[in-house]
Formats: sequence, structure tokens, C-alpha cells
Amino acid sequence: MTNTSSMQAGYAAKKKAVNTLIYVILTIMVLIWISPIVWLVLASFSGDGVSTGLVPKTFTFDNYMRLAHDYYKEQDGTIVYYEASEMPFPYFKWILNTFIVAVLSCVISTLIILMVSYAFSRLRFKSRKTFLNLGLILGMFPGFMSMAATYSIMEIIGLKQNLFALVIVYSAGAGLGYQVAKGFFDTIPRSLDEAAKIDGATRNQIFWIIILPLSKPIIVYTALTTFIGPWADYIFVSYFMKDNSDSYTIALGLYRMLGQETRNEYFTVFCAGAVLIAIPITILFVIMQRFYVAGVTGGAVKG
Amino acid sequence: MDFLDYAQLTTGQKISYKIKSFFTGIPGAIAGIVRAVINFFKGIFTWIGKGFAGYGSRFVKGDIGTKLSYVIMGAGSALHGQIGKGLCFLAAEIGYIMFMMNFGLTYISKIYGNVHFDEVNVEINGVKQIAENVDVNGVVGNVSPIYDVDPIFGARSVVNLDSLDDSNKVLLFFVMTVIVSIAFFAVYITNTKSAFKSQEIIAEGNKPISFIEELKMFLDERFHVTMLVIPVVGLLVFTVLPIIFTIFMAFTNYDKEHQPPGNMYWWVGFKNFADIFYSNPDKSATFGKILLWTLVWAVFATFTNYIFGIILALMINKKEIKFKGFWRTMFVVTAAVPQFVTLLICSLLLADSGPINDTLKSMGMQTIPFLSDAGWARVTVIVVNMWVGIPYTMLISSGLLMNIPEDLYESARIDGANAFQQFTKITFPYIFFVTTPYLITTFVGNINNFNVIYFLTGGGPSPASYYKAGQTDLLVTWLYKLTTQSSDFNLAAVIGIIVFIICAAGSLITFNMSKASKNEEEFS
Repeated sequence: MTNTSSMQAGYAAKKKAVNTLIYVILTIMVLIWISPIVWLVLASFSGDGVSTGLVPKTFTFDNYMRLAHDYYKEQDGTIVYYEASEMPFPYFKWILNTFIVAVLSCVISTLIILMVSYAFSRLRFKSRKTFLNLGLILGMFPGFMSMAATYSIMEIIGLKQNLFALVIVYSAGAGLGYQVAKGFFDTIPRSLDEAAKIDGATRNQIFWIIILPLSKPIIVYTALTTFIGPWADYIFVSYFMKDNSDSYTIALGLYRMLGQETRNEYFTVFCAGAVLIAIPITILFVIMQRFYVAGVTGGAVKG
Repeated sequence: MDFLDYAQLTTGQKISYKIKSFFTGIPGAIAGIVRAVINFFKGIFTWIGKGFAGYGSRFVKGDIGTKLSYVIMGAGSALHGQIGKGLCFLAAEIGYIMFMMNFGLTYISKIYGNVHFDEVNVEINGVKQIAENVDVNGVVGNVSPIYDVDPIFGARSVVNLDSLDDSNKVLLFFVMTVIVSIAFFAVYITNTKSAFKSQEIIAEGNKPISFIEELKMFLDERFHVTMLVIPVVGLLVFTVLPIIFTIFMAFTNYDKEHQPPGNMYWWVGFKNFADIFYSNPDKSATFGKILLWTLVWAVFATFTNYIFGIILALMINKKEIKFKGFWRTMFVVTAAVPQFVTLLICSLLLADSGPINDTLKSMGMQTIPFLSDAGWARVTVIVVNMWVGIPYTMLISSGLLMNIPEDLYESARIDGANAFQQFTKITFPYIFFVTTPYLITTFVGNINNFNVIYFLTGGGPSPASYYKAGQTDLLVTWLYKLTTQSSDFNLAAVIGIIVFIICAAGSLITFNMSKASKNEEEFS
């Protein structure tokens, strides 16, 4: 009896040691993971400019003010402001650009994705497998491989260096991103469709009246992902807009702040801009993360 | 080896057996792919053959209306009482003919033009020089002479920039014409089929359905057409067309010296592929090194994230660990910040004169060339990639861990399995099985991982021995640089094709092997 209880005590002690170790490891990891972000927030309030160390010595709101209203450096003790139109880095113009592109491509892409995934999930037709395979093959070409060709097309249809070109690029490719939504539609019982069909509903009606109302989570997920996309895209914008900085979106604009000539002056302003943009995106991502998991693994669990 | 033999092996033997069977499985998987490709083409040819046979037999069996519709589209439908449908077919035919007359034929004729150049930039034995008075066959485009009336000498031809075709436009419109023609051909075949079908219906004594009813089918039996037409057209114009265009580019000399408008490019066959594989020492050496690094990177980036992500998830989800929500949220938040922001911060922090090195210096220590030394930079990108990617794996495997049925563990405990055995026998096989597709997509994603490399190191450090690339460049970032910085569009297209082949072959092999190993999975 005593033997067992001492064994149990030993076991409990070992368990406790393991758990303490895990807490220590987790704490260290969280510190590693969070510290660059904490540093970003600190640097965005730094008054030290490019010489900001790990912890700034002076704090200021200037970096945020300069996003809205950039200024020339102090001349004779006074600050000379830029006109809004001649600001080298029109941050809020970029945000507006990105917002326009994001909203338009979100609406179009969501519609396209829902249409494609519904057709592949609920409808059976002769060339369905062929289309699915072709989609798979198309998806394996590097996304921006044909960027130069797409640019030529945009030039020909008169959308050179135009924001609508971005909307088209982001949403025309959306048809290939149907997997997550298809996985969701697959989980809706087919008996619903059949019951409706017996009652004389067409497939069109089934889509609008039965399936869509059941699909709110996936609509939210699709809309969020397609909305976030343009905020993070750098590749297409940088090639399409070249040096037309009025039509930049936020990712490209912020990246340009760190260019060779401007890096020293705009180091902390970049940080402020990055913080402002990261807050809403982070919130949106946290909202949709639970759908993300279901989406990536959903198809696999069903085998 | 059957199950009984397998079960008697020691753990070490089991592992070595698995490793051995993995590698012995590779030839089989490749053979499977070859078979699949052969079957694919076989399928296509049988399909085409059947199509022709059907096309012929329909003509033979057809009545006058059906036969007429082989020349005048829609005639059969119209004569069989489907006038609306017939008119649609007729409109398609007329539209196509107009399109070809006014547009398509021009570009088909121009795709392989013969042009006399006064001056051409050429490369002979690696030396760039200008050749004069060259006739080139196979130019994409043509020169239309413009006649200027000279008051003294009369008419003479003057070639100026405006008279050169824009090779890009010619190639693009050529591809467009081909796509339109294929689409039209499909409509044409449908036309003959539909004419024959309505003929059969009449022969049975029934009446073919009306145009209105046919249109109504697009909301029901043919609803998939309605749903897919817009997405497919979008993909055709803005994805398929550019991809085909780019594939063609790989067979031209579209580089800095041959840039339309003002210059034309022409077909050079497989020269670009030869360049990149062996014939151009600069390019082929760079390609070899970048390809190797891309594969090394993809393997490390995928598996470090995968393993450590699962370990992190296991720690957070251990039953006795408290504040699960808190731990998870902390990691999710870092994943949620847009990647270009976090990566640019890391590149700032780790720069040669960045805060971390400044701190090291002020503490009297040596600075570390995180991003400016090839060896360090390669380690840095993999480590930073772990920082970026582990939260994602953690998120996904957390979701999976919660799905594992609790009674599996319970019965294992009753059988006396310890925690480690539970992990190797239940948790890991389950997660590995469920995440195999995810592993494939991550691997392909890492081969194409533009952000981590471009925002951290920009591909650098870039020694002169690399052709327009640096030592941490992946194939895709090299592709990006060739397109945006040095205008080597043909080379970029070749790289794009190679990346595609790697990704396609890689996913096919893994897919085949995981299918093959599933039977084994059932008992081990």
C-alpha cells in the first residue's frame, strides 16, 4: 500500500515538473513571438528616428501625425507642411485605394467563389471531373508567372496603371479558390436538395432559397479572405503600378518608405503606418481563424 | 513482407523498413505518373477518335436539315422547328466569320513573319554586337512599309517605328484567336449534335422542346452552365490566356534587347531552355544553385514548421495546461499581422546596423551578419519562416487534436500505453494522415514562397557570379526579378514553366505514394 502511494506521489511530482517545464517553454515562446510586434508598436512612438534601439529613448506622436500631414524638416524653428497633393508618401490615399480595390474584389470574388463551389459541390454534370482537374493544373502555375502578359492585356483594354486592373486580377483568379467553400457545401445534407426537388423547385431556386441561407459562415469567411487579400499583396501592385505612386496600395506604399533614400527619414513613420494598418487586419483575421482551420482540414477528414 | 513479419520487427527495424519502403516506392510512384500521363493522352485520343466517328455517323444518318447544319450552322435546328436555337447558332457562325476576316486571320498570318532588319542586336560567343542587314524568319509580327512622297525622288519606302508590329500584341491576339476558334469549334459540334438529336426526337413522333423551355433549362438541368460561365470566361481571359502567352514567350528571344514596341522578338525554339540547363554558363550555374537552394529551403521550411507547430499545439492542448485560450490567442495575433509588415520588421531588426546588432555592439560583442552573409542569411530566413509559420500549423493541428476520439486514448491507457506510446501510436499517425494534403500544399507553397525571401533579404547577398539573382533567391523571386528588373521575359517564362513542372510532379508523386501507402497504414 505505502509503496503504491509513494509511487503515486512520485508520479504526481514528475507530472508537476513536466507541466512547469511546459509553462516555462510556452512563456519563453510567447515572448519570442510577441517581442517583434511590441518593438513595432514602441518604434512607432519613437522620437529617435532611424537610431531607435530595442527600446526608444524618447516618445512622440509625430510619426502618426506625419502619416496624415507630412512635413518638411524644421526650418528656423518652424515646421513647414506639404500640401496634401505633393506629399511623397500619401498614406491615406493609399489606404483609400486599397479599400476601394478590396471592397470591389471582395464582392466580385465572393460571388464567383460561391458560384463555382456550388456548381462543383451540388451539381453533377458530364465534364465536372475534367474541370476540377484543369483547375488543379492551372493552380500549379506560379501566380505571377504571367504577370507581364496580364499587364499587356490591361494595356490593350485601357487599364494601364489603373486600380480596376488590380480588381480584375484579384477577382478573375478567384474561380480557382473554391476548395474551402466546396468543402463546406459538401457537408450540407443532399436530402435537403432532393426534398426541394420533389416539391418542384429548380436548382436555381434551391441555390438561393435553401443553400445560401445555410451558408452564412462560409460567406463570411470567403468575404473576409478576399477582402484581406489586396491589403497584403505586393507583387502585382508593384509590377502594375510601376512608379505611379498615386495608385499604390498600402503594402507597396509602405515598402517604398523603406527604400534606400528614404529609409533613414521614414523609418519610424513606416512603423506608425504599419501599426495602423495591422490593427484592423489582425481583428478580421482573429474573427475568421476558426473558419480557416475547418477550411484547410475539412476536406481531408472526410477522406 | 506481410503483417505478421512486420509486427515482429523491433522499432528500429520498423523505422528502417519504412524508410526503405519509402525510397523503393519512389520508382513505382514515378511509373504511376508516367502511366497516368500515358492514359491521359490515350483518353484524349480515344475521345477525339470517338468525336470524329460520331461526327461522321451523324452526317451519314442525318436528314437534309442535319446535313445542312454541317455547313450552315443552325439550319438543322431551324428545319426541325427550333427556330430560336437555330438563329443563335447562325449568329455564332456569322460572328466567328466576321471575327476571323477582320481580326483573327491577320494575326495568324503574322505569327511567323519574315522581316529584314537594318540593325539587329545579336550575341555571338557571348559578346553582344550589332549585325547589319539581317533577314530573320519567324518574327512575331511584320513590318508594314509606309510610303512617304518625297518631292524630288518620288515615292520611296520609309520604315519608321510606327510601322513595326508590336510583337506582344501579335502574340496575344494570336493566342486569343486560337482560344476563340476552339470555343467556336465546340459550338459547331454542339450544333451538329443538337440538329441530329432533334431529328431523332421527330422520328420518334415527338416535338422538340421550344426555345423558351430550352432557356429555362439553364436555371435547372443546365444550372451549372449558368453558374460557371462568368468564372470560366474570367479565368480564360485573365489566367489561361496570359499563361499560354507566357509559355509561348519561353520560346522567343523576348529580352531587354528585343522589347516591343520599337523592337520585335522572334522564335528561337528551345534555346532558352538550353541556355538555362547547359549552354550558357552564367545562367545555368545560377539556375543550378538556385534550384538546389529552393528545394533545400522548401524541405526545411515545410518540416520545421510542421514539427514544431505540432509540438506547440500538443503543449497548449495538454489537459493540465491552463489558460489555453490565452496562449493560443498570443500566437494567433502574430500570425494575423499582415506578413509584409512582420517580415519587414524582422528585416529592420536584423539589419547590419539594426537594433539587435547595435545592442550587441554596445554590449561589446561582435555583430552578426544575419542578412548579409550567405550562410547566415539562409539560416535566418528559415528561422524567421518558423516564426511566421508555426502559429498556422499550431492553429490547424489544435483543431485536429480536439477531433481525436477520447476513447482511443482511454483504451490505450487500459492496455498500459504510456504518454510517449500514445503519441507515437495514436496522435501522430492521426495528425499525419489527416494533414498529408496540407503538407503537400505547404510544400508547394514554400517552393513559391515569395514574401519571406523578398521582404527579408531581397534575395541577397548577390555576388557577381549569379545572373541577376542572389544567394537566398528562390526560383520564384528570381522569376520576379527577371520580369521586373532586367526584362528577361523569356527567361522568366522558362523558370515559370520549370516551377510548374516541379510543383506538379511533386504533388503527383506524394499523392500517388500516399494512396499506395494507405493500405499499409490500415494495419501498422
